[in-house]
Amino acid sequence: MSTTYWETEPHHHEEGASTNIGFWVYLMSDCLMFAVLFATFGVLHGSYAAGPGPQDLFDLKLVAVNTAMLLLSSITYGFAMLSMAQGHKSATLRWLGITLVFGLCFLGIELYEFNHMIHEGAGPQRSAFLSAFFTLVGTHGLHVTFGSLWLVVLMVQVAQRGLIPANQRRLLCLSLFWHFLDMIWIGVFTLVYLLGVI
Amino acid sequence: MAIPDNVETTFLLGRLNWDAIPREPIVLATFAVVLLGGLAMLALLTRYRLWGWLWREWFTSVDHKKIGIMYMVLGLVMFVRGFADAIMMRLQQVMAFNGSEGYLNAHHYDQIFTAHGVIMIFFVAMPFVTGLMNYIVPLQIGARDVSFPFLNNFSFWMTTGGAVIVMASLFLGEFAQTGWLAFPPLSGLSYSPWVGVDYYIWGLQVAGVGTTLSGINLLVTILKMRAPGMTMMRMPVFTWTSFCTNILIVASFPVLTATLVLLTLDRYLGTNFFTNDLGGNPMMYINLIWIWGHPEVYILILPLFGVYSEVTSTFSGKKLFGYTSMVYATICITVLSYLVWLHHFFTMGSGASVNSFFGITTMIISIPTGAKIFNWLFTMYQGRLRFELPMMWTIAFMLTFVVGGMTGVLLAVPPADFVLHNSLFLVAHFHNVIIGGVLFGIFAAINFWWPKAFGYKLDVFWGKVSFWFWVVGFWVAFMPLYILGLMGVTRRMRVFDDPGLQIWFAIAGFGAVLIALGIAAMFVQFGVSIMRRDQNRDLTGDPWDARSLEWATSSPPAPYNFAFTPVIHGLDAWAEMKAQNAARPDAPYLPIHMPKGTGAGVILAALSTICGLALVWYIWWLAALSFAALVVAAIAHTFNYDRDYHIPVDDIRRTEDDRARLLAQGA
Repeated sequence: MSTTYWETEPHHHEEGASTNIGFWVYLMSDCLMFAVLFATFGVLHGSYAAGPGPQDLFDLKLVAVNTAMLLLSSITYGFAMLSMAQGHKSATLRWLGITLVFGLCFLGIELYEFNHMIHEGAGPQRSAFLSAFFTLVGTHGLHVTFGSLWLVVLMVQVAQRGLIPANQRRLLCLSLFWHFLDMIWIGVFTLVYLLGVI
Repeated sequence: MAIPDNVETTFLLGRLNWDAIPREPIVLATFAVVLLGGLAMLALLTRYRLWGWLWREWFTSVDHKKIGIMYMVLGLVMFVRGFADAIMMRLQQVMAFNGSEGYLNAHHYDQIFTAHGVIMIFFVAMPFVTGLMNYIVPLQIGARDVSFPFLNNFSFWMTTGGAVIVMASLFLGEFAQTGWLAFPPLSGLSYSPWVGVDYYIWGLQVAGVGTTLSGINLLVTILKMRAPGMTMMRMPVFTWTSFCTNILIVASFPVLTATLVLLTLDRYLGTNFFTNDLGGNPMMYINLIWIWGHPEVYILILPLFGVYSEVTSTFSGKKLFGYTSMVYATICITVLSYLVWLHHFFTMGSGASVNSFFGITTMIISIPTGAKIFNWLFTMYQGRLRFELPMMWTIAFMLTFVVGGMTGVLLAVPPADFVLHNSLFLVAHFHNVIIGGVLFGIFAAINFWWPKAFGYKLDVFWGKVSFWFWVVGFWVAFMPLYILGLMGVTRRMRVFDDPGLQIWFAIAGFGAVLIALGIAAMFVQFGVSIMRRDQNRDLTGDPWDARSLEWATSSPPAPYNFAFTPVIHGLDAWAEMKAQNAARPDAPYLPIHMPKGTGAGVILAALSTICGLALVWYIWWLAALSFAALVVAAIAHTFNYDRDYHIPVDDIRRTEDDRARLLAQGA
């Protein structure tokens, strides 16, 4: 009998081999949630209900600063991953810390913007346009918030256990998540802010 | 704020007070029965000291087989609830003629038809389908578990949490009175001010998390965990259809989640997505929910198409006719299911061009589906047919489903749909395909794989009794609805003016009674089979002379499924092994690396459920507290790095020697 039907030799089953693709699939499902929110915004972007529109509300300079914060945080996360690949634990932690600061700055500016709009009477209840705006941008902001929390947790875990394979896998997942949020933000920046003001 | 100021709330209990307990005798009697039954069960569990066993062996287990069985149990329990709703509606509609109001008031009746739809789709069909995929797929691809075993346990408990929320509405407050998809503006705060729609929202959101994660898990499992040699085109058809189903889950449930979030914001924060004023657009909800909703029906039916394929080829003693076309038909249906959502509301008034597009795409779906039917027929042609129970259910499916499919094509014609929209013709159509397609498939699957899961076959006599009551009952119950629909009777009606219609409702009611007998016979079948299990033992692990890998293991399979990983050389791997007399390898065994059980899934899902219930009742402190606890518990879980263990060689040898003895006994 020449064909074998059972694998009797010991073989190494790589641990966590599915994590990467699993997280990708999760991100794609998350992307669909954003797709719904973008579509909703697309349908409702002109429904001002005689209230304020984008021209009255958006401050492109502030949004530019905010965008810069998020894009810089992605670059610094990239540096963290490079340090991780070289096995430098403290450099990894340092870059993760810088990423966190940029992320928090982004959230701070966004909260300032939201607060400002609500005080001007342009809250999410004012019109369907504003409902869609706050929900789309706010959902992105919530993602950044959870990403930041996750970042803190991972920093603690890296500090405790070092750059073990499990932690490297987790850092890679968060990296995908963080860059994904960047790409969503570029969509938000273009479709919500730029197209709204132009 | 959106939540009106006139809602009386207390800090401690939100809007929960004594008035929340329904006063209706029917509900109170049900509550009493459930309470007594529940207490009796708890007492028995305590009396026989089964709590520890349940917790260790089942609730915290990450074994895909046990999780699969738990899903099936959940589906079965909820099925009883959903069917109780159905028979209550049938009774109401028989009675409410000639000035009679029937026995259900409008508030109660509207909750019943909503709950019936929600429960049957989300908490019966989905758990059944997910449970089957969980149990069978890893075995069919020669894997030892799914890719993310902990996530699997968590997903199950989230689904159960959603079911708990929906069930709680029966005894505390009310359920939605909106129909199963909760269309706004009816489901908005102005027309549904109390807790019904909130129960609906949080029940579905909690369960939806479970479904999405389980979809990701099984999708990755099929992509990454196949045994060596099993290329995509060597996967069993059930695995293929499961693969496409999980793609659909991952690509559609996020849409449901997002849509329900928007409805939640409208209800809790006063946004204007779907309101009548301030720029809101209710039709957007209806579009969005059907963008999820149409793929959903294929999520339900595709795995069962896989079941019918396995059953037909096994009981015809042949390989499946047209494997490749079966796979491509499945892929076609998967893609097309996203291009038809608008046929659910041709009457929206989107114009002739749009309606024609969606009418034609809908009709096109019948082509790959028809191809499947022909493949099954050609598999049977010149086969050595064995009319065992799974095969009987399959033949009943083919005869029933074809009719349902054809009425579907009728509804796909927009001008016809303008007449039949929202009529009982539609109700008959989708019950025709969901009962005749999904449920019959579940029953075929239960009869087919029960011996694999428990080590003994199901009783044939009671199985046949159940089969005939069910099939005849289905036809008697739903054919009158086609006729009534053609006469223009709309769905969800509580009372009727035209006495000429009553006879048809009486016939339908009689059909429902036949179905009830079919369900009862099925429970008798389970009971009788459990009692007589020693007479129906399956010693070989392959009681039906079947073809795919799950039958290469013992019945029930060892926790690690396969002591050695199978190597695949073609389709129908197990049939080939049998044909080649491939010997079972014995020594030397190697320790097997397996995931450890954990209670984290139960805890996280319980916290989510509490959070959902707190939000329903506006108990803000509890919602905040349980959400914070949820985040902390999830983080704490990530600090546990010690998640696996090795099954020692001695244990494996003992298990495999037992199996060898059984095989010798069976030979």
